Amino acid sequence: MVRFSGVGLRYPAPGGDGAVREALRGIGFTLPEGSFHWLLGPSGAGKTSLLRLMQLALRPTEGEIELFGKRVGRLRRAALPRLRRRIGVVHQDFRLLAHLSAFDNVALPLRIAGRTEAALRADVAEILRWVGLADRSEALPAGLSGGEQQRVAIARAVIIRPALLVADEPTGNLDAEQAARVIALLREMHRLGSTVVVASHAMKLVEAYPAPALRLDSGRLVAHG
Amino acid sequence: MAEPARLPRLRRARGRDPLGLRRVMADRLLPLLVAAMALLAALALAGAEGAAALAARWQQGAASAVTLQLPAGTPPAGVEAALAALRDLPEVAEARLLDRARLAALLNPWLGEAAPEVPLPVVIEIALHGLPAAPETLAARLEAAAPGATVEAHGVWVARLVALARSLQAVGFATLALVAALAAAVVAVAVRAGIAARRDAIAVLHELGATDGDIAHRFAARAGWLTGLGALLGTAAALPVLALLADLAAPLLGGDSGGWRGDGVARLRAGLAALPWAALVALPALGAALGWTSAQVTVRLWLRRLP
Repeated sequence: MVRFSGVGLRYPAPGGDGAVREALRGIGFTLPEGSFHWLLGPSGAGKTSLLRLMQLALRPTEGEIELFGKRVGRLRRAALPRLRRRIGVVHQDFRLLAHLSAFDNVALPLRIAGRTEAALRADVAEILRWVGLADRSEALPAGLSGGEQQRVAIARAVIIRPALLVADEPTGNLDAEQAARVIALLREMHRLGSTVVVASHAMKLVEAYPAPALRLDSGRLVAHG
Repeated sequence: MAEPARLPRLRRARGRDPLGLRRVMADRLLPLLVAAMALLAALALAGAEGAAALAARWQQGAASAVTLQLPAGTPPAGVEAALAALRDLPEVAEARLLDRARLAALLNPWLGEAAPEVPLPVVIEIALHGLPAAPETLAARLEAAAPGATVEAHGVWVARLVALARSLQAVGFATLALVAALAAAVVAVAVRAGIAARRDAIAVLHELGATDGDIAHRFAARAGWLTGLGALLGTAAALPVLALLADLAAPLLGGDSGGWRGDGVARLRAGLAALPWAALVALPALGAALGWTSAQVTVRLWLRRLP
């Protein structure tokens, strides 16, 4: 389902003096289809870089990534959007489009996939109901609380029924109650069949929802399971 | 707060513009800049068309504008020999004698009724197959074919005028190309500004699986609409100026001009009728196509930096 083999990621260090920063080195693991994994590690361990590789926002500088049975390195750039449409992404900072309502933010993946207005309306309404925001569909992100914005972001990520759902510190900006609600939604997606990877350093939350973990430290995978 | 009945319409409008390009590529500055360039383009286009018409007319006139004079008193046998020799030349399409009555009528304004009494030269009108590449050489050959004759070599001047008209035409087209390049550059700058303002939104769309074509199309549709609108305004603004210029230039093309006098509406109509309408109507469409293409290229080049 998701396989990393000897994956490394280097990029030029800030300063432009030709130095190279190694974000990830020799990463190898396999995530079975329909699994739930925590991605753990201290700040700067490489969690975000690994998730960005998984969501095809970056390409590795070495090694091989396999997603949905396809070796990503062998695919043409033009073939990647089709794969991205099977991946849902949730960010710590939500990344909602500020000029669009909650409804339009959630509808975005369906519109990109070419769904007609008539066909997408019921699905968007249903998913907003699922995240508890049915009555906030016309609100702009600026008019929503942090927890509500994150639930809109989750609704946007899951409306396509993603085969893979990755979340980068999705509870980082939320209080404990909202955080628990967000994690419950992500676990619900896992129950519905998605492969879910959640990066977090909120250990209380991790302990409250036990699951296998990938543990990173200084760009290396130090534990898996 | 929006009225409930308007919500679906507003939602659809916003949904069709997820990058918020209506705000970052506003409908004022870009159309105005393009309108100014379209006005210049319309003037250049009409100038080039007018120069082409002038060149064609002068070239056509030059082919039949050569006359040859034999001295007064040349005997009929000498005239016939000269006509035969001229008709044998490959450049000559037709050589015919200007009869004495017509010659007298032509000279009447200067000589009055005395014309028939004055010894007049024998005049032969020559029509050529085309404008000679070397008018001086042709004149020498004509004079050799009819000894004692004098050639009125209008062709030399006409050839120079045709060359001038062709040069004006080339300048018109060069101006058009320059304006098009400038318009493409202006659109590219506007699109780059739009990209800079919506970088995060583009990243979100890219992450959600939008193709380069999807994203480029959104910019191109907006840029095409704005440049098409600007080109339409600029072309419309150019029409009265072009009509006036066409009316003033009418005598050069064999028409009649009222200059600054006469019935203004009638003159405007006559000027409008003389404009190259096909090219002018095509200008807004070409402007839209230019804006669309420039935006497509700009966005696709920028998107190549994304994985």
